[in-house]
Amino acid sequence: MQLVLEKRAERSRTVALISPLIAIGLTIVTMTILFAVMGKNPILALYVYFIAPLADGYSLQEIAVKATPLVMIAIGLSLCYLANAWNIGAEGQFLMGAVAGSWIAVKTQGTEAGHWVLPAMLLLGAIAGALYALIPAICKVRFGASEILTSLMLVYVADLLLDYLVRGPWRDPQGFNFPTTAEFDPVATVPTLIEGGRLHLGSILALIVVAAGAVLLGRTIKGFEIRVVGAAPRAARFGGFNANQLILLTFAISGALSGLAGIIEVAGPVGHLQPGISPGYGFTAIIVAFLGRLNPVGILIAGLFLALTFIGGEQAQIAMKIPLDVTKVFQGVLLFYVLACDSLILYRFRIIFSAPQVARGTH
Amino acid sequence: MKKNLLAAAAALLLAGGVTSSAIAADKLKVGFIYLGPVGDLGWTYQHELARQAVVKEFGDKIETTFLENVPEGPDAERAVEQLVRAGNKLIFTTSFGYMDPTLKVAKKYPNVHFEHCSGYKRDKNMSTYSARWYQGRYIQGEIAAKMSKAGVLGYIGSFPIPEVVSGINATMIGAQTVNPNIKVKIIWVNSWFDPGKEADAAKALLDQGADIIMQHTDSPAAMQIAGERGKLAFGQDSEMIKFGPKAQLTSILDTWAPYYIERVKAELDGTWKSGDTWGGLETKMFEMAPYTNMPDDVKKTAEDTQAAIAAGKLHPFKCPVVAQDGKDVECKGGDHLADDQILGMNFYVKGIDDKLPGK
Repeated sequence: MQLVLEKRAERSRTVALISPLIAIGLTIVTMTILFAVMGKNPILALYVYFIAPLADGYSLQEIAVKATPLVMIAIGLSLCYLANAWNIGAEGQFLMGAVAGSWIAVKTQGTEAGHWVLPAMLLLGAIAGALYALIPAICKVRFGASEILTSLMLVYVADLLLDYLVRGPWRDPQGFNFPTTAEFDPVATVPTLIEGGRLHLGSILALIVVAAGAVLLGRTIKGFEIRVVGAAPRAARFGGFNANQLILLTFAISGALSGLAGIIEVAGPVGHLQPGISPGYGFTAIIVAFLGRLNPVGILIAGLFLALTFIGGEQAQIAMKIPLDVTKVFQGVLLFYVLACDSLILYRFRIIFSAPQVARGTH
Repeated sequence: MKKNLLAAAAALLLAGGVTSSAIAADKLKVGFIYLGPVGDLGWTYQHELARQAVVKEFGDKIETTFLENVPEGPDAERAVEQLVRAGNKLIFTTSFGYMDPTLKVAKKYPNVHFEHCSGYKRDKNMSTYSARWYQGRYIQGEIAAKMSKAGVLGYIGSFPIPEVVSGINATMIGAQTVNPNIKVKIIWVNSWFDPGKEADAAKALLDQGADIIMQHTDSPAAMQIAGERGKLAFGQDSEMIKFGPKAQLTSILDTWAPYYIERVKAELDGTWKSGDTWGGLETKMFEMAPYTNMPDDVKKTAEDTQAAIAAGKLHPFKCPVVAQDGKDVECKGGDHLADDQILGMNFYVKGIDDKLPGK
């Protein structure tokens, strides 16, 4: 007897739509059991995780702040992945954008430089991210090098470059040699939107990026090309689409968005360049991209949802003394169910009885 | 069913909310932000032990909360502010990288008091505190030079920041009082806590001929490697003797409890004031683990040195301090280097045959 996974002949649209809800439902059931086993009140715990952060303005702002880089990066990544171009190095492009943009901030520090500084930083950050992403893309197109490996390895190069700069040339002269630049000047800082809060202009840019992504994919020929090249490479060739050109294009867009996210994070919530500006945004964004099914609106929801679990996890630590590890288990369980549900929409289990064994049964 | 569940949730919350706030009214809430997991057996663990000591000391008069594994990036400010919003009135942020985030939140909430570990920015409601670990390093250098047969020490560095650099220098100055030709090999792992890298670094140092391992990273991995290879080592932050019963010579123990208890008491009494505390052996801001795995005469020397430092008779950076290039370092603190020079140290002393990263 054999258990096999078999592709379904057709997929149900309704099931596809409600599958994330099923996944969330299963997660809630699992976590309820876990909380109960831990001796915590499950209903209260779920409330603290999911509802409480949505119930006050401060937490809502923080969710938006946390989701901003994730969504921005994930939109770019989704274009790559739709075109079958596997950019794993968004983290590096994020750091490169942060470094390049910071260069202007550091060089204009303490000068009379006017309001052109921040736009120039954002622009340079995006350009640097795009150029950095083009390295693996060109290696792929020109030499056939695996973009998965090259883009990933370039993350460490960017990380070390940033490290070198803040320990060496860009170090804060008043900073007791600690590895950080001085705080950026006000003209080099992303403005906040609400007095006293941390919600910043970057969140609006992220929404614009989501809208632009939706238009690009849904309403333009380029978007169509991207999807066809990824879904049906042979058909794309017959259609005369240039797959290599699309790899370069999607990598450049993805890199630009990652770089933009990087400089926004540095010039916004952090306020200066230092090591550790990214708690793995570039990698978490890969999860966000897939959780959002490579769909711009889906990515927005997925980014916000993941941010919610971070904020909720913190509040659970404070309010209920639930350890951080439980939050990680929680995120892991959620991803597991999402992937499992997705698989079961596309595939189904079938038990094959002894027939094949008989065929092989002769010694 | 769903409705019932929601109603139950609401009822529970109401009940929970009312009771907890009623109790909380006369309780001081104290919050802690940790860099690592509470079980890291090093840096964060020592802060956690101190928190537990605070709880034991004040019992029902206070309520403590901690957030662990908070990265020193954009998330730190939110973590600190979450503690404020949860009603904590005194908040300890226990790593250097929380300096700017703590300062930002401190400016926003002038009625909440903050204690930041190992930084240099302060405010009316934000104190800093740290320990003069370089004193302990000096003692360790002396012991190491006496115990090393090869005359080569292996040093695992985290990041080349002043605290770590001053530790290396103090070690060398201490070691040179015993053996002027002592050598040190340094490996930077660029992490505070990475057991895998720390173990690899320890192996590499031993392979290069070092026979004593010293570390400025937080896990006991290096201690275990030294033990396995029959070599000696110093622990870091916490008591690591159980990871190397035959290897540990001593360990610098971060003992934050007395300071935390003092500050919480001040907060309870309404006498809390912002300040800068940089204590050493003299105020027990840190302690040395028992001197083990060494002959009695070495132990005696170590204890004498410790007593001399604690009594203020011996300063590890007593002038002249000679830099790598052979020139004397300017002596700004009378007969020893000034605190600012130690807090901002970015040079190696003579005898270190290596280049300081970023120089």
